This record gives sequence, C-alpha cells and structure tokens, in this order.
Amino acid sequence: MTVIFYLIAAITVAGGLAAVLLKNLVHCALAVTIAFGGIALLFLSLDAQFAGFVQILVYIGAVAILIVFAILLTRGSDVPKDGVFSPTWLTGVAIASAVFAVMGWAVINSVNAIPQLAAVPHVTVHDIGVALVGSYVLPLEILALLLTAATVGAVIVAMHEKGGSE
Amino acid sequence: MTPLGGYLLVAALMFAIGLAGALVRRNAIMVLIGIELMLNSANLNFIAFWRYGPHPEALTGMMFAIFSIAVAAAEAAVGLGLVIAIYRHTHTTELDKINRMKG
Repeated sequence: MTVIFYLIAAITVAGGLAAVLLKNLVHCALAVTIAFGGIALLFLSLDAQFAGFVQILVYIGAVAILIVFAILLTRGSDVPKDGVFSPTWLTGVAIASAVFAVMGWAVINSVNAIPQLAAVPHVTVHDIGVALVGSYVLPLEILALLLTAATVGAVIVAMHEKGGSE
Repeated sequence: MTPLGGYLLVAALMFAIGLAGALVRRNAIMVLIGIELMLNSANLNFIAFWRYGPHPEALTGMMFAIFSIAVAAAEAAVGLGLVIAIYRHTHTTELDKINRMKG
C-alpha cells in the first residue's frame, strides 16, 4: 500500500466517476480514457508489464478511438435538453451501491487465504509467447476466429444500406 | 489492509461505477462505456490474483486477462456498430426513445 498505489487508484476512480457523471459525451470519452490509463498503470504496478501495455494499446489506442467515432457519427456530442440520466436513475444508483457494499464487505472481511508473496514473479514476454502458442494455442485460434467474425460482423451491421437489397 | 485487498477494493469500486453508468445513463454509447469499465475491473481482479497468487509462473490469470481484453475489444466493435446501425434507423441513441422492435 504505497503512495503510488493510492495516487493511481484515485486517478482511475476519478476518471470512471467523471465518465459516468459528465454531461457532454466527448468529455465522457476523454474521462473513460483516463480511467483506462489508470487501469493500465495499476497493471504495471502489479508487475504485469505485458498486460499493461496490451491495455494501453487496445483500450486507449483502439476502444477509445472507436467510442469517439461512434459519438461523432451519432451526433452524440449535443447535450440533450431533458437531462442525460434516465428517470429511474435512483434505482440504478441504489443497485450499484448495493453491489459495491456487498463486494467491499466481502473483500474487507475475507480471511486472507492466499499467501502474500513478496517476491516479484519473473515473467518475460518470451514466457507469455511460449505459453500462448503452447498450452493456450486452442483458445488463441478460437480468439482469432472470433476477432475475424466480429470485425466482419461490425462492418456488415454498420454498413450503409443502398436501395434495400444488400 | 493487504495489497491484494486494496486492488480488489479498487476493482469493486470501478465495477460499481461502471454498473451505475450502464444503469443510469440514457445514451446507448454511455451504456457501452459502463460495460467496458466493468470488464476492465474484472481484468484488474484477474491480474491482482495472478500477482499475489501461489503460482504466478503458471500465467493463468495473465492469460485470462489478455484473452478477456481481446474479447472485450471485439464486443466494443460490434456494440458500437449496432449503435450506429440503430441510429441510422431511429435517428436517436437515447434508449428511452428506442421502444419498438420494428425497423
């Protein structure tokens, strides 16, 4: 529990809160990018360098850009006059608070069954690559198929319909 | 509090924030952003348990987080494509106003 951890955690939570609370959708996209960056820093502070850089590449590099594209294509940057929150927002906040209360209570009260290893796990990108094409090769292939299908599907779904028969 | 507990608490808070965002916002894109925040907090749990677990050299949690990131990226692409397609039909992304299934 160092100062660095508290700092990164505060940045991450502030980014997430701003993303949920801000009215302008472009500001929300910016705030959620900060939250993604904070999570990447948390990964790095957990000695998971590869996962941290993957997080930066995929989320800050791709997903954030995708969100901005979607906002601009749907003219979502205009702030609606009748508010950005749904009429049942109180129920939503209550459910989210209850979920956080249950999870926080479980974390704080749990007996720490896992031994707290002080040693930093020595895992290089080489190890991860060997594991990916070794014991995890079938999930990797399925993931490649899923990514191809998702890319084709996203393009087909978002494609302009000309005339009616596409 | 142990370091693992701190990371788990941050992940729980981020999950609650993402859940609140998915539940209270009216814009479909904001609901997707909330889902992304929830997925990220789950990944943080995986990495934290991998780091403080008894067998970090087995790479299980790390691999699960990497695969989860890839699946979440595919989900974001398809979800935002759906939002754009719905916007083309109904000219709105407000979920309260999208109240019929006929195109």
